[in-house]
Amino acid sequence: MASVLIDGIDKNYGPTSVLRGVSLSIADGEFLTLLGPSGCGKSTLLRILAGLEVQDAGSISIGERAVDGRRPKRRDVAMVFQSYALYPHMTVASNMALPLRMSRLSAFQRLPLLGHLLPGTARTAAEIEVEVTRTAKSLGIGHLMARKPGQLSGGQRQRVAVGRAMVRHPAVFLMDEPLSNLDAKLRVQMRAEIKELHQRLGVTFVYVTHDQAEAMTLSDRVAVMLDGELLQVDPPQDIYADPDDRRVAEFIGSPKINMLEGVVRERGLIDLAGSTLTIEADALPGAPLTLGIRPEAFYLVDYGGPGALTGSVRMIEHMGSDLFVHLDLAGLDHPLIARLLAERAPHIVPGQTLHVGVRPDRVLLFAGDGRRLRRKVESGRASVTPIREIAR
Amino acid sequence: MSEPLALSGAPDEPSPTRGVRTFPTAAASLGRRRAFTEAMAAWTLAGPAVCFLLVLFFLPVIGVFVIALTDWQFGARTLSFVGLANFREVFADDGFRTSLLNTVIYVLIVVPGTLIPGLLIALLIESGKSCRSFYRAIHFLPFMATLTAMAIAWEALLHPTIGLVNQTLAAIGLPTANWLRDENTALPVLAVIGVWQNLGYAMVLFLAGLKSIPQDLYDAADVDGADLWLDQLRTVTLPMLGPVSMFIVIVIALRAFEAFDTIQILTQGGPGHASEVLLYTLYRESFVYLRTGYGAAVAVVFLAIVVTLTLVQARLMDRKVHYQ
Amino acid sequence: MSANTHSHRLLPPAAILRQAVLLVTGALILVPFVWMVSLSIKPPGEIFRTSFSFWPAQFYGVENYTRALTQAPLPRYMGNGLIVCAMILALQIFVCAPCAYALAKLRFPGRDLLFGMVLIGLLLPHQVLSLPLFILAYQLGILNTYAALIFPYVVSPFGIFLFRQFFKTIPDDVVHAARLDGLSEIAIVWKIMVPMALPAVIAFSIFSVVGHWNDLFWPLIAVRDQSLMPPPLGIMAFKNEEAGNDYGPLMAASTLVVVPLVIAFLAAQRWFVEGLTGGAVK
Repeated sequence: MASVLIDGIDKNYGPTSVLRGVSLSIADGEFLTLLGPSGCGKSTLLRILAGLEVQDAGSISIGERAVDGRRPKRRDVAMVFQSYALYPHMTVASNMALPLRMSRLSAFQRLPLLGHLLPGTARTAAEIEVEVTRTAKSLGIGHLMARKPGQLSGGQRQRVAVGRAMVRHPAVFLMDEPLSNLDAKLRVQMRAEIKELHQRLGVTFVYVTHDQAEAMTLSDRVAVMLDGELLQVDPPQDIYADPDDRRVAEFIGSPKINMLEGVVRERGLIDLAGSTLTIEADALPGAPLTLGIRPEAFYLVDYGGPGALTGSVRMIEHMGSDLFVHLDLAGLDHPLIARLLAERAPHIVPGQTLHVGVRPDRVLLFAGDGRRLRRKVESGRASVTPIREIAR
Repeated sequence: MSEPLALSGAPDEPSPTRGVRTFPTAAASLGRRRAFTEAMAAWTLAGPAVCFLLVLFFLPVIGVFVIALTDWQFGARTLSFVGLANFREVFADDGFRTSLLNTVIYVLIVVPGTLIPGLLIALLIESGKSCRSFYRAIHFLPFMATLTAMAIAWEALLHPTIGLVNQTLAAIGLPTANWLRDENTALPVLAVIGVWQNLGYAMVLFLAGLKSIPQDLYDAADVDGADLWLDQLRTVTLPMLGPVSMFIVIVIALRAFEAFDTIQILTQGGPGHASEVLLYTLYRESFVYLRTGYGAAVAVVFLAIVVTLTLVQARLMDRKVHYQ
Repeated sequence: MSANTHSHRLLPPAAILRQAVLLVTGALILVPFVWMVSLSIKPPGEIFRTSFSFWPAQFYGVENYTRALTQAPLPRYMGNGLIVCAMILALQIFVCAPCAYALAKLRFPGRDLLFGMVLIGLLLPHQVLSLPLFILAYQLGILNTYAALIFPYVVSPFGIFLFRQFFKTIPDDVVHAARLDGLSEIAIVWKIMVPMALPAVIAFSIFSVVGHWNDLFWPLIAVRDQSLMPPPLGIMAFKNEEAGNDYGPLMAASTLVVVPLVIAFLAAQRWFVEGLTGGAVK
């Protein structure tokens, strides 16, 4: 059981900077996910945590003790690798027993043949076997102990890799994209198992993935990384609904958030795409800003005018319960995507002119540098003129 | 693969004038024609290679077996089958038995002598980052240098009075020898030259094996606590090299069996028969003494050994898959 | 990304030890080369004086190398080697590539049989075939000609095998597209497959040229005229003539025979390693 403190980590490979000033505090027992596109430095950060790589600056503490310069085995961490990294020549039992053999048996006791003759070897080996068997049973792989990794399915190998990490009872579990080699169906199943494992063990998990769904479903908090920087660390719902940075908003969510350039006309009014929205912005008149609007923040209205956006339908994607409508707006070079409830938008055809309203409380404002502009919450009064919705 | 042929020929397809029902038959005959065209093209392309393979490989192999069963002498007009007489003669011959024994000794020195240093050097080169290709180049150099010329250089090194070897031994007070003229040392010295020549080859093969070990396994070993060099060697490196090592054993053994150049240049099998090996016997009986039937029988024995080793290697290559 | 982190922990003493050991083994490996070059620039007097020095007191390189080039027909030997290697390589590629293409990309009855023949050919050591090939050359009346040196190697099972493996990795669609563009099968081999398989062609070329430049066994059997001898045989003849008395020119001749390949090797090390070991690894 241990908290993890990452403080000001820098890492360079030659001239390329992979991590820049990454600081992060992870609570004891927390499930934290490092989320980001490939090449953002998340795996490097995990490897630095594990001690497999050395940072150029900054410090790592695990359980309130600095572990910099300490070898991986002295950090009380275990790691599950993307490729599982099982030793192909060893049986499942030997794979899982290895960490315990390395920590509990001396170099002489581990010698082949001769080691068995040394006092204590047999007893310790028996203890290890008991523990390994118990762990394997708890993961449902007890019947596979004599097999070699080459004879196992992807999901079974994944369980063995988790088992090898579990036997040591580490304070921190590190997982590097552990599900990315599995097919979609198995991935969902193993995702649930990992969540269950976390609840059962109650230790700290640091999980690296590029998959939003994994990050959102598994984590207590998600740390979004981009280009070697930590952009935001928050619970999943906040990452989605209340991003601090334009890049976070754009990375999270599918289909992608709509980003529209607008200009503040006067207090409470913003001009964009040939229309005017009534939105309170903490900016001077004439200031340019970017509005981030998630596809589901739109709703159908029956006429254009202030508060609504008007465009022609370019394409419709039927998703079952929802429709993704791609709208070409005057003055916009890429279409806007609105997610509408299928039952409320029955007759839309390509080429048709469509008016959509925007839920003002769902509009995210970003300054030119990508920083989020938070609106002052004005109690009691919505700063929006209500617009009649067609279907309501 | 027959599909594109059908496509390219589509324009001149005969139109089905007699209704839809006859079309499948037309298409089937068309398909047969296409298959025939493709087969013709294939055999035309492969033709020269097939002819040469038959004339230069298969005919000679059969020839060796036939000659081995006859009393034919090179240039003679008549021949008669003598059954296994040549083989009986070969195996009754002390010279041949010495040659076979010498070959085995030579191989038994060269194989471990090449493999163990080859592995150690490969491990050393891989364990650091600097000067890798420099060291690889140096150690690989003898493998591709013309052995005949290098044998002459070795002769100078081993020269009883002016050779560097004896000079060095004398300088540090060790006994010297006339290495290539002493029947106790000739064969081992030739084997040392064999080791010198093949070491780099084994090293490069081991390097390839080391490169194919996934980095993840070393990382996992680090996290699991096997983080000392020796522990990683035992946990990851050596087991992962196991299959490729067996393969390298065979490859080096095959090369050792085919040793010829150094013997021809340096000792010509001497002194006495002390350094005579199988291939040298084959050469001398067949082309110097022109004992054709005897030479062919030696060739058959040589072939049997080489083929056996190669088949063992093929089996090992199959078994290698189980690590995947 | 993190190539070989298992080595990043090599402590300075270990790193120094590594360099030291490799330098020593490397130096031992190089001793014959160094000694050869050293003797090739020494006058006879110094050679027979027992001394350790690499560099001669009196530089005699010009005399030795001149004698190597004039006394023995060394340029002729090297020219023979060049002609023979070039002819063998050209014929091998010419014969093997179409066959490999047929094996890799065409479907025809007897394909498996043909591939089986190639594999058996791969397994046969060439020395075993030397006696019948010698008789064949005698019957054809080509003994003691360039043709005798070349003909046994016109087809290379290894070449067919290597090219086939490489051609198989080229997508079928490339072949289909070429057919639709109107290329004949033979044109596909030379205009599409061989250019695309350039790495395999280079690897095989190195394998073939190194092998035949260095070969002593077959030339020893096939030719007797000095004017036809390739370098290894020529240098052996030179040595026998000199009866080992005149080391300087002999070492100079050896150096000259070894040098072309060594220079080519140092210039294209990776290709050489790949070409000479490719057959074993794959």
